Amino acid sequence: MFDCGMHMGHHDHQRYPDFARILAATPGADFTSAISCVVITHFHLDHIGALPYFTEVCGYHGPIYMTYPTKALAPLMLEDYRKVMVDHRGEEEQYSYEDIQNCMKKVIPLDLKQTIQVDRELVIRAYYAGHVLGAAMIYAKVGDAALVYTGDYNMTPDRHLGAAQIDHLKLDLLITESTYAKTVRDSKHAREREFLKAVHKCVSGGGKVLIPAFALGRAQELCILLDDYWERMNLKIPIYFSAGLTIQANMYYKMLIGWTSQKIKDSYTVHNPFDFKHVCDFQRSFINDPGPCVLFATPGMISGGFSLEVFKRWAPSEKNLVTLPGYCVAGTIGHKLMSGKPTRIDLDKETHIDVRCQIHQLSFSPHTDSKGIMDLTEFLSPSHVILVHGEKPQMSFLKERIESELGMPCYYPANNETVSIPTTKNLKISATDKFIASCSTSQARDSTQKSNLICGNHLSGANGDEKLAEGILLMEKSKDAKILCEDELLQLLGAEGHSLQFEPLLHSRIGEAETDIVDDLASE
Amino acid sequence: ALAAFAPVPLGADCGDAGDLIRAVPYYWSPAAAAAAKAGGVDAVLVSSATGMLGLPFLTRLPSFANTKVYVTELAARIGKLMMGELMEMHSEFVRYYGLDTDGSPKWMQGEKLHKLLSSLQNIVIEDEGMDLAPLMPLYSAPNLEECMRKTQTVKYGEEVCFNGMLMLKASSSGLELGNCVWSIKGPRANFSSLNVMDENNENLGENAMVCDDSLLRADGVDEDEYVQCLSKNDDIAEEIERISFICSCISDAIKSGGSVLIPIGRLGVILLILEHISETLLSSNMKVPIFMISDAAEKIISFTNAVPEWLCKPRQEKLFSREEEALFGHVELLKEGRLFLFPHLYSKGLLAAWKEPCIVFCLDWSLRHSTAVHLLRRWHADKRNLLVLEQGVDTELTLKPFTPAAIQVLECSFLSGIKVRKVNPLLAVLKPKLVLFPEELKSWCPSKEDAPWSYLYYSKGKTIEIPNIREDFVVGLPTDVAFGLQPRQLDKAIAIARLRAKLHLSKGQYVLVAPKDQSDESNRQLLHWGAVDAGRLLSALQEKGIECAFPADNDDGSAGCERSILITSPGEALVKMAPDRTVIYCDDESTTKQIYDALSSVCNGI
Repeated sequence: MFDCGMHMGHHDHQRYPDFARILAATPGADFTSAISCVVITHFHLDHIGALPYFTEVCGYHGPIYMTYPTKALAPLMLEDYRKVMVDHRGEEEQYSYEDIQNCMKKVIPLDLKQTIQVDRELVIRAYYAGHVLGAAMIYAKVGDAALVYTGDYNMTPDRHLGAAQIDHLKLDLLITESTYAKTVRDSKHAREREFLKAVHKCVSGGGKVLIPAFALGRAQELCILLDDYWERMNLKIPIYFSAGLTIQANMYYKMLIGWTSQKIKDSYTVHNPFDFKHVCDFQRSFINDPGPCVLFATPGMISGGFSLEVFKRWAPSEKNLVTLPGYCVAGTIGHKLMSGKPTRIDLDKETHIDVRCQIHQLSFSPHTDSKGIMDLTEFLSPSHVILVHGEKPQMSFLKERIESELGMPCYYPANNETVSIPTTKNLKISATDKFIASCSTSQARDSTQKSNLICGNHLSGANGDEKLAEGILLMEKSKDAKILCEDELLQLLGAEGHSLQFEPLLHSRIGEAETDIVDDLASE
Repeated sequence: ALAAFAPVPLGADCGDAGDLIRAVPYYWSPAAAAAAKAGGVDAVLVSSATGMLGLPFLTRLPSFANTKVYVTELAARIGKLMMGELMEMHSEFVRYYGLDTDGSPKWMQGEKLHKLLSSLQNIVIEDEGMDLAPLMPLYSAPNLEECMRKTQTVKYGEEVCFNGMLMLKASSSGLELGNCVWSIKGPRANFSSLNVMDENNENLGENAMVCDDSLLRADGVDEDEYVQCLSKNDDIAEEIERISFICSCISDAIKSGGSVLIPIGRLGVILLILEHISETLLSSNMKVPIFMISDAAEKIISFTNAVPEWLCKPRQEKLFSREEEALFGHVELLKEGRLFLFPHLYSKGLLAAWKEPCIVFCLDWSLRHSTAVHLLRRWHADKRNLLVLEQGVDTELTLKPFTPAAIQVLECSFLSGIKVRKVNPLLAVLKPKLVLFPEELKSWCPSKEDAPWSYLYYSKGKTIEIPNIREDFVVGLPTDVAFGLQPRQLDKAIAIARLRAKLHLSKGQYVLVAPKDQSDESNRQLLHWGAVDAGRLLSALQEKGIECAFPADNDDGSAGCERSILITSPGEALVKMAPDRTVIYCDDESTTKQIYDALSSVCNGI
């Protein structure tokens, strides 16, 4: 099972995946026996939010894999979210603090490119995905069938993370996210400048900037950006982190610096970029303080919690600024703010918020744009593509492009829909030394790279004009099948070869045949 | 690796060591010399950071231009820092004595060389011969860069492919940060069992051989098994005991007012001692500064707190538990101002922080370079001071430039391989087919009589040939190719099919791939055997509606071994049959094909 997330827009049972479907597919089994393992790609709640529920409440006890940073940072995200649910919204607890702890104890950490044999058949491997610290794309191989599930990824490096990286792999299927299936973004630099300009304009006018962000990821990137800008512009206006949560997260970023971008890795012995100079903790009492400030508050899409609390206070003033992430799930306040310019938001029947503040939508996102998706798909050249994590109309647009431009069958199944993908399967058959040698000599003769099968370079199959291998498959009763050369077969059968020749017919021969043919044959 | 250094001390008046050579040092690397003599290799697998110190000696040779080097990411990083440090220390000699501009230095021709070799003979030279090849001048910065360029770094558990043929995979050896054992898989079935033996043998050092360390991670299926059934923590307990003992000696020396010099090149050991000694000092309420004087100190200290992936489970827990802020204790020591890092003894600020007694760590193996030399000269005459050395170097020779020395010397050995008593239990878990074992340890570890594996013994400088365990290769036959086959039943027990496909080799696996354009010749038989019965062919032809007959004059087949059949319709043709060959004379393609089909039905062929 790839990822075990939750839907941020739902507050009822719909927030979790329909786990019952796992059992429906394999009657009589429990969760642990029905799936080989769970692999989590990164710590965002839409990818991990249901994991404690699945392990502690549903009772899945099989292996769970995630990268080191994800294992270190996921509990922060989960606990933050649990608090929002229970403390602020007063909802019934779905899982407890202990559940999170117990769940995380079962997690087996993964390093990038580490090849893990999960069971006799299944092999998994993680590749760098950018997106957030520790995000991974997962390569999975069962027997000869192979696929890559990208999770969320970013094809361009940002302030603290590198771009996604993957090897050339032979794939039957690529499952890729398609958040921005239709968008092509302009230069990152311009977008950063735009953001800084908006923030600077707001604070210099005495306004407050609310940056709703998840504790990890976007917050660190924007913080590196702002801290750097504050330093350059010599600004003294305070930058706050709510609840100290992100400050604590920064400590982890220091230990996990090997997972950040090359630029940071090269420089951290001199200055650790996660030691922010201008950033301090936010106290609840600061909400009503006069004067400008910048505040990072969770959660990111203003779906509740502290960011909602601050939003309620700050939204009515036109001096203030709220930045929104590039993508908000339907049902969140962030989504409402993005769609049109609402002046009033109804929280429930009694409460509403007048929105007069400025809204700045961050157009830089840790997701790849459609060019990135096309690039990755072309690079990997899988036999089939499935799009997930996007919106239907855009996905259908991208599907058309992938099918027409790359010539790969592409699907974007809806929830509960099943897609069957044919896969390759190789029978393992032993072949004699001589057979391999004969193939390689015939290939070596024809290629400039000599003897590349035995000790030469990587043979990819890209080279179209390879000689065909000719051999005999021998199947004997109660023995394994075997591939051998012609003369080896004759030897095995104890038979002599019988040669067959074709010759043009000369009419004179017919006459000769009736007399004497021996001389004639000798002269051929 | 550098086995030892030529004893070339710095300075003029060092005790009674008058006959020591004063020159820019040369370095003793028999492995590099042997590899150079062998004339180049395809790939080098490095298992530790110290195991690559001699690598630039090799990679600078023209015959090694295409050699690929595989090493774990962490070992490469530490190794590069160590080599950089070595060159930095070495450059002090060059600054003092000047570069050897014209060929080999004077001492290499003179009488001093004989003295050197005779004193080296007992220590580092095993062979009788006075071969000078292993004695080499140090590599340069470009050599080091070139070496790092040829190096491909891997993570634990990462599979890399060499030449499309071999899959290489490093697993933690549990010995030091970044140390590994390699497993090698090839397309030949059962080849992987070979690597398992390598796994044992790589680690068999000469004295102590152990395989787990509380610092480091152990993973991989094989290892988990043997870690469980073999290590039972006794090795780790011993190692921790050893470290505690060293720490108690250090604290005794400090109590008596002496200073401590710890020139050890093992990063893991340094980090462990640092943690333990700070606890010891704290508990006995002693406040002495701890210095790490090394060009690489700052980098090492900083990155060791950022490598959770390479550590053992208890250390990793520090990252996951949310209770501790760092992976190692040195981060706190540094913050509290109890640990000082300086690149050199003469670095700015060192004098201000300097206070004796103190504890000094430096990266040095021979006591011939830089910090160790200066501090030994300062401290060697005082018996309250303590020098902690790693066993293996000849202490007398090492300390010769500093005689008479009163300084206390503590020689310690650390985990460096699997213990002999654990070899057989390990083999029982791994179940190899063949074991390569060092000749010199044969008597230490008697092979079990009833063991299902066989042994081959190797020794330094000798090449042994490893037999193929299985003759055949394993080839992947995709189902679509398999379905396209047209098997032919020969008798009740045997069926055969002609196979036409492209053979690809990728990631150590052969796969037959269906050719894109299946030619229409797929029905044609290319190999025939046995004799053709003329009578059967005649009736087969007639069954196909072909008008044919034996020529009039040899109709009963009595005319020797040659037979002919004359065909008159649908086209004219002649078939001549000998025991080992058949010739079809025909101008008309479709007739030929019909004849051929008839022939195929009466002749064994594929």
